[in-house]
Amino acid sequence: MSDPAAMKDRRERGKLRILLGYAAGVGKTYKMLEEAHQARRENRDVVVGYFEPHGRKDTIAKLDGLELIPRRRISYRGREFEEMDTAAILRRAPELCMVDEFPHTNIPGAERAKRWEDVMVLLDTGIDVITTMNIQHLDSLNDQMREITGVQVRETIPDWVVKQAEEVVLIDLPPRALLNRLQRGVIYGPEKAQHALRNFFKEPTLAALREMALRQTAHEVDIRHIEFNPDASRQPTETPERILIHVTEAPATVALIRRGRRVADYLKADCFAVGVMPSPEREKIEQHLEFARKLHIETRILESDDPAEALVDFARRNGVTQIFLAKPDARSLPMIGKKRHLVMDVVRLANDRQVTVVAERRHT
Amino acid sequence: MAEATYRRPTPDELLQQVEADERRERRGRLKIFLGYASGVGKSFRMLDEGRRRKLRGQDVVVAATQPSAPPEVEELLRGFEVIPPRTDLGGPSIDVAQVLRRHPEVCLIDGLAYENPPGSKNAQRWQDVEELLSAGISVVTSINLQYIRERQRQVEMIRGKAVKDSVPEAFIRTADEIELVDAAPEYCVTHSREGGESSAGGPSVMDASQMSRQLSELREIALVLAADVVDHQLEDYLHAHGISQMYGTHERILVCVTPRSNASLMIRRGRRQADRFHGQLFVIYVQQDDLSPSDQQMLDQNLATAREANAHVEVLHAEDAVAAILRFAAQHGITQIFVGHSRRQKGLLSRWRANPVERLIAEADGIDVRIFPQEPEPLNE
Repeated sequence: MSDPAAMKDRRERGKLRILLGYAAGVGKTYKMLEEAHQARRENRDVVVGYFEPHGRKDTIAKLDGLELIPRRRISYRGREFEEMDTAAILRRAPELCMVDEFPHTNIPGAERAKRWEDVMVLLDTGIDVITTMNIQHLDSLNDQMREITGVQVRETIPDWVVKQAEEVVLIDLPPRALLNRLQRGVIYGPEKAQHALRNFFKEPTLAALREMALRQTAHEVDIRHIEFNPDASRQPTETPERILIHVTEAPATVALIRRGRRVADYLKADCFAVGVMPSPEREKIEQHLEFARKLHIETRILESDDPAEALVDFARRNGVTQIFLAKPDARSLPMIGKKRHLVMDVVRLANDRQVTVVAERRHT
Repeated sequence: MAEATYRRPTPDELLQQVEADERRERRGRLKIFLGYASGVGKSFRMLDEGRRRKLRGQDVVVAATQPSAPPEVEELLRGFEVIPPRTDLGGPSIDVAQVLRRHPEVCLIDGLAYENPPGSKNAQRWQDVEELLSAGISVVTSINLQYIRERQRQVEMIRGKAVKDSVPEAFIRTADEIELVDAAPEYCVTHSREGGESSAGGPSVMDASQMSRQLSELREIALVLAADVVDHQLEDYLHAHGISQMYGTHERILVCVTPRSNASLMIRRGRRQADRFHGQLFVIYVQQDDLSPSDQQMLDQNLATAREANAHVEVLHAEDAVAAILRFAAQHGITQIFVGHSRRQKGLLSRWRANPVERLIAEADGIDVRIFPQEPEPLNE
C-alpha cells in the first residue's frame, strides 16, 4: 500500500465487515440494512452510502428510517450514470457507512476505477464500512468459478483487499429457497428470472457456489484467529513454505498465479513470481508479472538462455520450497523426437525440492 | 445413465417404489437453522421465516419457544398462534398430541435439542419432531452446534464445559434444508443471552479475547459442518441425476507412496494442506511386484504413518501404476496428487523417454500434481 493515508495509525483506520453471499437474492442487501438498523439502535451514527434496491419490495421497505446519501450523477458518452458519492460521504463523516456491491466497477469519469477503492478511502479516514459481495468475485477463485458456472466473472476483488476486513460474515440460504424466491419473482422480473433459471440458477451450480462460500468463510475465520493468536497455529514446528511461481507467456499463467497466491495464503507462505528473459514474448511475460503484482506478489526477472536451469538455481539460492508450474498444453506432449518441454526439464532438475504442476480444471 | 443397464422392474419393486415415494411426499419437510453459539440470532431468523411463510398463506403455528427471548423475538412471536407446552410431567414439553390434532402445515420449534421430562412418550425433542414429520407436518427448527452429539467433544474441548441435551448428527443430515446463521463473534458476545439452550453458570471470568477466540473456533466448525452437509447433498443430487461432473469444491489430496519414498514428509504436507483447505486425505500404494522383506517393512511403516495421520489408506494391485493412480483419482474426485520425484534413469534413451512422473503430469486431466524430493528436504527437515 503506497497510499500515504493507509500508513496512518491502525487504530484510526475504519473497520471493514464483508457480508458474503453466493448469488443474487440470498439476502445480502437486506442483512446490510438490518445491521444498519441494529447500529442505530446502539446509537451509532450510521448512513447508507450506496444501496442497490434491485426492485425488491422487502429490501426497499428496510430503508425506512435510515439516512441515505444521494448518489452522484456522472455522464459518460452522452448517458447519465449514478455512482456512490464518496466525497459527500467524506463530508458527512459518519461513524459507520453501508456500501452495497463491493466489487462494482465505476463508470469512467469517477475518481476511482473500483468501488472497493472508494471503500478503502472511507476506511482510511476512520469510517467503519459494512459491504456486500458474492463469492464469485473473489479473485483467486475466478478460474474455479468459471468451471462451476460456465461464466467468466470480470469484476473481481483481490484477495488482499478481502483480507483487510476484520470480519467476513456468511449470508446463507439453501438453493431451493433461493430458487423459490426467483420463481416468485422476488429477485428479478419475469423475463430475467426465466433467463437466470435456464443458466446460472441451477440447483447443483448453486449448491457448489454455496459450498465454496461456506468453505471460504471458514477459511477467513481460521486465518483471523490464527493471526490474533500466533500460538493458536496448528503446527507451530513446521517451517513456513516459500512458493515460486514460474511466469511464462502461456495463457494458463494467469490461473497459475491465482492458484499459487491462494495456496500461499492458505499455507501462510511467502510467494514470488519469476519470469526468465530473453524471450520473444517479453510483453506477455511482463503483463503476467504485472498481474502478479496486482495480487501483491513480489516479482523478479532472471536473465538466462536456459530458463529451467535459471529457475531451479534461483529456487535453491532463495530457499524456495515449492515451485509452481503450469501444466504444458496437451499438444506439446509427448516429447519423443521433439524438444523437451520446459516443465519436464524443471521437474527433472529440481528433484531436491517440491514442484507443483497446476492443471487447468475443467468440466469432464 | 447407460440405457444398456436398464431393467424392467418387477411389479413388487414398482409397488415398493411407489409406496416409498408416497411416504416421502406425505412426510413433512424439515428445515434447520444452525448457529455456532447462542446469540447469533437463530430464533429471530426462524420466526422471521415463519412470518414470511404466513404472509404467503401457509398455516403456521409455534410449538416451542425459548424461556427468555430478546425484545425483537418477543415482538415476532406475538404474530403467531402458539400451542402451549405440556407442563403436567414436571417440565415443559411440546404437546405433540395437540399439534397433531391441530395439524398445521408448518410447525416452528425453537431449540431442537431438549430432553423431555421423564414420563414423556419420547425421551428427546428431536423424536417429537420425527413424529410430526411422519404425520406430514413440516417443521422449521433451530439448533446450536454444541448440541450436535458428534461435535460435543470438540466443542467441550473449546468451551471447557459440557451440555446435557444432544441430537445425533445423522438426524441433522436428514434435513431437507440446513441454513447456517452466521454472525461476527463480537455480535454474539454483546447479544448473548443466557436462554434455555445455554447452560447456566458459565465461566464468569473469561476475558473478551479468549471468548472471541473460542467463538471463532466454534464458528469455523459450524461453517465446515454446513459445507460438508452441502457437499453430500450436492453429491446425492449429481448421483441421482446421473451427472458425473466434478466441481472440485472440496480439496481431496491423494498421496502415492512407495517403500522408498519420503512418505513422512509427503503425508505430513498432505495432512497440513487437507486441514488448511478443510479437505480430505487419501494415501495409496500401487503394488506391482512382490517386495523384498526390507522394502515390505518400510512400506508397512509408511502406511502406518498414513493411518496415524487419519488418512483413507488403500493398497491397489496393478501392472500400470500410473493408470491405477489416475483411475483411483477419478473415482474419488481427487484434486491434487502427491508423488515422489522419479529416480534417476539409466541408459542413452532416458533423456527422451517419459518417466512415470512425466506420464502422470501429462495424463492427469484437471488435477494438480505435486512432486516431492526423495531425500529429505535439505532446508527444512
